[in-house]
Amino acid sequence: MPQTLAQKIIARAAGRKTVESGEIVTCAVDLAMFHDSSGPRRVAPRLEALGAGVWDPSKVVVVTDHFVPAADVESANILKLTRDWVRDNRIGTFYDMEGICHIVLAENGHLTPGLFAAGGDSHSTTAGAFACYMAGYGATEMTGIMVTGEIWVKVPETIRIAWSGEFCTGVCAKDVMLFLCAELGMDNSFRVVEYDGSTVAAMDMSERMVLTNMAAELGAETGIIGADRTTVAAIEATGADVPDDALDWRSDEGAPYCAAHAFEASDLVPMIAAPHAPANTRAVDSFARVSVDQCYIGACTGAKYSDLKMAAAVLKGRRVAATTRVLVAPASTQATRRAAADGTLAVLTEAGAIMMPTGCGACPGMGAGVLGDGETCISSTNRNFQGRMGSASAKIYLASPYSVAAAAVAGHICDPRDFLT
Amino acid sequence: MTAIAGRAWVFGDNIDTDVIAPGAYLKFSPEEMARHCFEAIAPDFATKVEVGDIVVGGRNFGMGSSREQAPQALKILGVGAVVAVSFARIFYRNALNLGLPVLFLPQAEEIAAGDHLSVDPVAGAVVNATQDRTYPCDPIPDHLMAMIADGGLMPHLKKRIEAGLIKQ
Ligand code: SF4
Repeated sequence: MPQTLAQKIIARAAGRKTVESGEIVTCAVDLAMFHDSSGPRRVAPRLEALGAGVWDPSKVVVVTDHFVPAADVESANILKLTRDWVRDNRIGTFYDMEGICHIVLAENGHLTPGLFAAGGDSHSTTAGAFACYMAGYGATEMTGIMVTGEIWVKVPETIRIAWSGEFCTGVCAKDVMLFLCAELGMDNSFRVVEYDGSTVAAMDMSERMVLTNMAAELGAETGIIGADRTTVAAIEATGADVPDDALDWRSDEGAPYCAAHAFEASDLVPMIAAPHAPANTRAVDSFARVSVDQCYIGACTGAKYSDLKMAAAVLKGRRVAATTRVLVAPASTQATRRAAADGTLAVLTEAGAIMMPTGCGACPGMGAGVLGDGETCISSTNRNFQGRMGSASAKIYLASPYSVAAAAVAGHICDPRDFLT
Repeated sequence: MTAIAGRAWVFGDNIDTDVIAPGAYLKFSPEEMARHCFEAIAPDFATKVEVGDIVVGGRNFGMGSSREQAPQALKILGVGAVVAVSFARIFYRNALNLGLPVLFLPQAEEIAAGDHLSVDPVAGAVVNATQDRTYPCDPIPDHLMAMIADGGLMPHLKKRIEAGLIKQ
């Protein structure tokens, strides 16, 4: 019986040959990740109440990213609790202030094809770019995983989304996801979104990670992409071992999809999501001249090294408009190092961008760079829900790093293709 | 499980976890967070909601973050159940894990703010006394029934540990 990639991974983790959509199975978790906000501060007291320990500390990865660097005593205490718990419980891997959890997992070779993983964060779907099955769960459920090493899964159906052809200059994976949020809606619950086609095959891993990251905005169980040579090369580059069967982790020919969509990449234009939902997306020209108080390049979606390069491509030799401000919070210290080494950061700062610490920052309204009453922001993040980045009366427009940078130069939303030749 | 009954608080489609549990308050205790529940769209919710009241949503209720503080805030404020056309996956799991009943009701949009509702999550029924209507709906799924009967995932895990069903 042909299986989708998601079914294959779930079957393997459940100790089965095959699984059918709709059945409920229990899966063994290969890797469990949580961060300073969802993790030890909420899991530790629950474990204590149960008198239970961590089932396998070597399979647990903890990352500090939401409250870093501490801006007040509450945040500092949360970080201290996190560090103490990691030490006391001999947790296998701890990344302290090295970047946003989803990016750090990828950069450090934790994600290998066929892995069944659980994350204490909704964008844990990002790992699907590496042909892993990783979904997000809340703190109580993560506590259950800490105790048992297992999780129940209702085997989801898979929606197949194929993109073919090449993007125009100035169009990227972020535009794909904003477009899909409008096209498919945000309530694709209990379904997996699998991406393929020649456009996806040509993407590097950072662009593929945007597709799987924002599967969360589609409401999907997770997003996933079959393994290929690009996947393998990216894992090799981290220094991690590549499993022998890596390239087998793809959907079978004739696998049962519940829906299939096909799109042409060359037809796509830069897309913008208006407040207060990613699904409120239209082409950039419908928003021309919406003026912006802040331009934010940040988050797991839009501040990787490749995203900083996109912003720099627009900002090179230009200046940020006097009526706006540009904040750049790189997604990892590795991204900062690469961008510093090759001059990308200098392009951004020469243009007038303000460098912010690595971490979630203003994306969830927790770190520096939040918005005041009635302010308007264009952001390379993934969510523009009301009140997310600060004031409940602020307006957040979501866009690609190209479009955020273009708005920075013009002081209002505009087409980034006019700045790229 | 005792009967759940109270007034309806009606919200629309795609209610996200940032409005239920705003990020700016995540660093505080769940009790403090609960005071800001729905602040951006229903500023009087946290002070006016009464024990047993029922939150009614449209499609995709609870979309967004994995933050468990969203259903936890509703529980702290005394909300008895959430009834919606559909739920976002993490919110759905989080609520049941915390022992907050959540029920899919295709006709949720017929319920008006302030209607007197009672909910039976085990049998799968929602009664609207104000409109004199009874709706059957899917009960809590079988494989979660034992956990719900125990009051949520934590008491359920405790019971299983004590029974020697989980190796420590
Ligand atoms: S950057 Fe934003 S979306 Fe990404 S993990 Fe942090 S808070 Fe979540």
